[in-house]
Amino acid sequence: MNPQQQRVVSVIVNGREYTGTVPTRKTLADFLRQDLRLTGTHVGCEHGVCGACTVLLDGQPVRACLLLAVQAHGARLETVEGLAAADGTLHPLQQAFQQCHALQCGFCTPGLLMTLKAFLQENPAPTAEEVREAIAGHLCRCTGYLHIIAAALQAAAQLRGERA
Amino acid sequence: MKPPRFDYYDPHSLDEALALLARYGPEAKVLAGGQSLMPLLNMRLVAPAALVDLNRLPDLAYVRVTPAGLALGALARQRQVERAEAVVQGWPLLAAALRYVGYPQIRTRGTVGGSLAHADPAAELPAVMLALEARLVLSSQRGRRTLPAAAFFLAPLTTALAPDELLCEVQLPPLPPRTGHSFQEVSRVWGAFALVGAAALVTLDDAGRCQQARLALTGVGPVPQRASAVEAALAGEPLDAERLRQAAALVEQDLNPESDVHASAAYRRHLARVLAQRTLQAAWRRAQEAQKA
Amino acid sequence: MSHRYIGASVVRREDPRLLTGRGRFVDDLELPGMLHMAVCRSPYAHARLRAVHLEAARQSEGVVAAWSYADIADISRPFPMFLSHPALKAKMYEALARDVVRYAGEPVAVVAAQDRYLAEDALQRIVVDYEPLPAVASLAQALAPGAPCVHPDVPDNVAAHFAQSVGDVAQAFAGADYVHELELRMQRGCGHPIETRAAVAQYDPFEETLTLWATIQAPHRMRRALAALLDLPPQRVRVIAPDVGGGFGPKAQLHPEYVLVALLALRLRRPVKYTEDRLEHFLATSQEREQLHRVQVAFNRDGTLVGLRDTMYIDVGAYTPAGVITPLITQTTIPGTYRLPHLHLETYVTFSNRVPMTVVRGAGRSQAVFVMNRVVDHVARTLNLDPAEVRLRNFIPREAFPYDVGLLYRDGKPMIYDSGDYTACLHKALEIFDYPAMRREQEAARRQGRYVGLGMATFVEGGGLGPYEGAVVRVEPGSGRVVVHSGAGTQGQGHETVLAQIAAEVLDVDLAQVEVRTGDTAGLAHGMGTFGSRVAVLGGNAVYVAAQQVRAKALRLAASLLQVPPEEVGWENGRAFVKREPARGYHLGELAHVADIGMGFGMAAPHPEWEPALEATHYFKAERATYASGVHLVAVEVDVETGQVRVLRYVVVDDCGRVLNPLLMRGQVLGGVCQGISEVLYEELVYDEEGQLLTGTFMDYHLPTAMEMPAVEVDHVETPSPLNPLGSKGAGESGTIPAQAALVSAIEDALAPLGVRLYEFPLGPRRLWELIQQARSA
Repeated sequence: MNPQQQRVVSVIVNGREYTGTVPTRKTLADFLRQDLRLTGTHVGCEHGVCGACTVLLDGQPVRACLLLAVQAHGARLETVEGLAAADGTLHPLQQAFQQCHALQCGFCTPGLLMTLKAFLQENPAPTAEEVREAIAGHLCRCTGYLHIIAAALQAAAQLRGERA
Repeated sequence: MKPPRFDYYDPHSLDEALALLARYGPEAKVLAGGQSLMPLLNMRLVAPAALVDLNRLPDLAYVRVTPAGLALGALARQRQVERAEAVVQGWPLLAAALRYVGYPQIRTRGTVGGSLAHADPAAELPAVMLALEARLVLSSQRGRRTLPAAAFFLAPLTTALAPDELLCEVQLPPLPPRTGHSFQEVSRVWGAFALVGAAALVTLDDAGRCQQARLALTGVGPVPQRASAVEAALAGEPLDAERLRQAAALVEQDLNPESDVHASAAYRRHLARVLAQRTLQAAWRRAQEAQKA
Repeated sequence: MSHRYIGASVVRREDPRLLTGRGRFVDDLELPGMLHMAVCRSPYAHARLRAVHLEAARQSEGVVAAWSYADIADISRPFPMFLSHPALKAKMYEALARDVVRYAGEPVAVVAAQDRYLAEDALQRIVVDYEPLPAVASLAQALAPGAPCVHPDVPDNVAAHFAQSVGDVAQAFAGADYVHELELRMQRGCGHPIETRAAVAQYDPFEETLTLWATIQAPHRMRRALAALLDLPPQRVRVIAPDVGGGFGPKAQLHPEYVLVALLALRLRRPVKYTEDRLEHFLATSQEREQLHRVQVAFNRDGTLVGLRDTMYIDVGAYTPAGVITPLITQTTIPGTYRLPHLHLETYVTFSNRVPMTVVRGAGRSQAVFVMNRVVDHVARTLNLDPAEVRLRNFIPREAFPYDVGLLYRDGKPMIYDSGDYTACLHKALEIFDYPAMRREQEAARRQGRYVGLGMATFVEGGGLGPYEGAVVRVEPGSGRVVVHSGAGTQGQGHETVLAQIAAEVLDVDLAQVEVRTGDTAGLAHGMGTFGSRVAVLGGNAVYVAAQQVRAKALRLAASLLQVPPEEVGWENGRAFVKREPARGYHLGELAHVADIGMGFGMAAPHPEWEPALEATHYFKAERATYASGVHLVAVEVDVETGQVRVLRYVVVDDCGRVLNPLLMRGQVLGGVCQGISEVLYEELVYDEEGQLLTGTFMDYHLPTAMEMPAVEVDHVETPSPLNPLGSKGAGESGTIPAQAALVSAIEDALAPLGVRLYEFPLGPRRLWELIQQARSA
């Protein structure tokens, strides 16, 4: 094994440790989807614009298509599969997305959820304008975004303990 | 869209990194934030023999206030810089411009140094560095040297970095008191590269005259440019909207933009004038507020 | 009836899996031994293939097969067309180019390897010897004298020429107060679902069945085509469209990669996956929109339209996979909401060396609506009349329905508007907008030197296109769960929810008791697919009728079991009971059980009238198209220094007949509006003179983000269609169709003080600034 072209990568994804041997050129998105079979993270453009592949790396949203899997070695990752509670209860963001009809085909949705999760932790009481800017790094072709903005605001209220 | 094969290195010390660059020379690519390099790799527009990943280098992700101003390490992330209190307070132009660099998810990973080393002619940060009169510290096994930002950008995607050199630190001198700033750009959609962007700094003297104006533009040529004619026309002058407008019109003298699929040369030149005027106006207003405060 | 779902804002049942990462998209599928396909594409828009050298690629690590045309020559043939037309000189591609490539991106060779990385490595080792030929890179170039020919046997590059007339245009023009000429242009655009195209093919030699999972809108059409191209009996081909990440038209088309992946799987006897990447999507997925219209309009001093001549030129690209569907739709959508007693519509469809034109959300309608609404605005401006007033004066009145336009629509049937109330739509929109107040605000803004404009567009959308769509409604014995199969796949519209609403209401059961399966040819023998705003109309009514048949069957069975006449049997909560003795009755599940195994002595049926299987299959046939309509009203502000446009307000009033689910309907409208706005302000497919795409990444071709999307106010007028029991019309495209016209109308209005006239889209900031400069210097 040429260590420059093949590496053992260990990551913690949604609290669970995974180890795999990957080519060093493999992207984190492909590693998650193909090696770890966590297919909730989607790939839409592979050049960093669409945002479908967004995951949290040590709590911060990043493009999984613009990172090599080997770069995530030792990191803590969160993907859409880890968003709901262990008992299956949907996260307030997931609930709000359903109630507000904030998704249609659902392909861009996992990335949006991960960005919004991190965003609402930093900014628990955002304005609609702040939500717009926070999700501007995500392309959605179905919804026209308005229901997504509404869902984010509703989830924020719920997370703050207010009645939506 | 999958990267070609390369030898991947993640050195754990600067010496190790510089040794790799010395060994591979132009066959190596440096991977910092990767937000420009990775798309190129995915598209197979670049095929380096070796990738030297800086992300495991210790202690390079600093944002530090020094007696000489602000020092940003090679791994200082754009998001980290944008939010650093020292930057917001002391170099607000940089924080303001960073908001226009890609999206938050890109800035989480992208580095200030990486953007400068990449030297895209439509990028925001190179122009901002010209306006802030940044000094860039380059290291190699041969030693260290420091270049002013104005001498760093040579051509599109080409800088003064030698193949074995690494951009290790960005140094920003402090701004004088009574300085106002503004960054504005015209882009097709939020987060896209600028068609044209302008960074302005206006410093007032005790009497409220323009002590110094700095204006730098991106998207108007192969490299970012300072608008020296505009700056000269304002230095030492009393300011009003009309004078700013007249001075901004001089911006076109210094520019020789090219037409491309996104904008014609005439449109870019025109936008440069419009944005020069708008940013100078906004910077002047902020400087006046600073003077009152 | 206790379960009322039709017309309710039910939240979607497909959401939980999509929100938790458990969606089933094609690229998520992993099969043992699966290979990955990559396609070698022509870098030239037009070239002769001299030789394709695959030796190095075949020796590349992990490669199992590398093919050029020579390797598939024994089976390859031109693809079947979806719809033919007598005027069309059809030209179809094959899975791989034979001797000439006619667009940059056309497949020339294909590689199957152990993973996509290795497959792409092998692509770089393929050497193709091309002899470049002169290319036709635009519509204008196709028409120019001495232009190169895309196909040698079509020397004028005209793929089709056809015309339709109503009344006597020459006479009408002679008697009109004014006859004006306008020229209007639209540029190419593409669908860009966030999920690119993908397919997995598997051949099972034990079952002798080829299965294709594909991100497509029309599984049955794909099955027909694959069976024909691969010499397989249709019943040995199963096509499944699982969760599909957005469609917008191109995913309804037969692209070469689907056949290639199937052929590789057949011949290599291994599963093969192809996932298009975004760069390929730009090059190789079909596009739409480029047209040129030369219009003469005759009108009178009072603003009434008298007649219209439109000679339209429509680019079809290098081949004709969708025939002249889009050109036919454009031609017939021209008159729209307006009475036009004298019409002459002449269409030239022209080839170019670019990826084929098929359909993108709106499918030819946006262009026609743009033309007609620009014409009406032109009339208003010429006569110094209010544009709303000119529209009201020319609308087809409510009393006139059904209204025969006098044309044949794209379904080959007379274009008879089934229902509508255009005046009510516009009045409602003007009221929501508070039009007089907005005009006053505009005046005030102008006095401050701001360029604020108000614009509007009205449209009629022929949707619900035939010939049919089917549904199976089946009740599971015992549990009483209702399973609905529909042929039409879903790409996010919410079919699983809406079709369940219909079945649950008809059978009067809880929504949770209904399961909807879509997009699998194994679920239903025949089907068409999801396109042309047809699923709510055809698929919805198929479920409605099939569910009614199941209910009737259940009632008959219950009556015989309860030994009472059928009219004495009631139905509530999914249970049949004796009306005067409600305690006596049977649940759906019990009835399904009886219908499944019978209940007589031994294997005998319980009663002579006993019918097996509590299920029904119904194919709902479209008598003719339904015609949705509506109006968009927009306020914008233009920064005349930069050419940038900001949308201040956007009001939609839509009439898609009976609304089945207002929440989902609103979702369709908002997404459609976003796409329409984007086609004017952000998206531009720019080709150079050699047919090379210059805007082939998301860094150059811009989709709008949440920062660009304005707030939109949506309301409805409902004129139910008399053509189907649900009264529904199409809704999936209506948000897009008038958006370009309305937005450009508003931009022109904003720039009226400068005398700028706008007869084109897109209108990005550079172009708008140029037009402003031209007007200023004129």
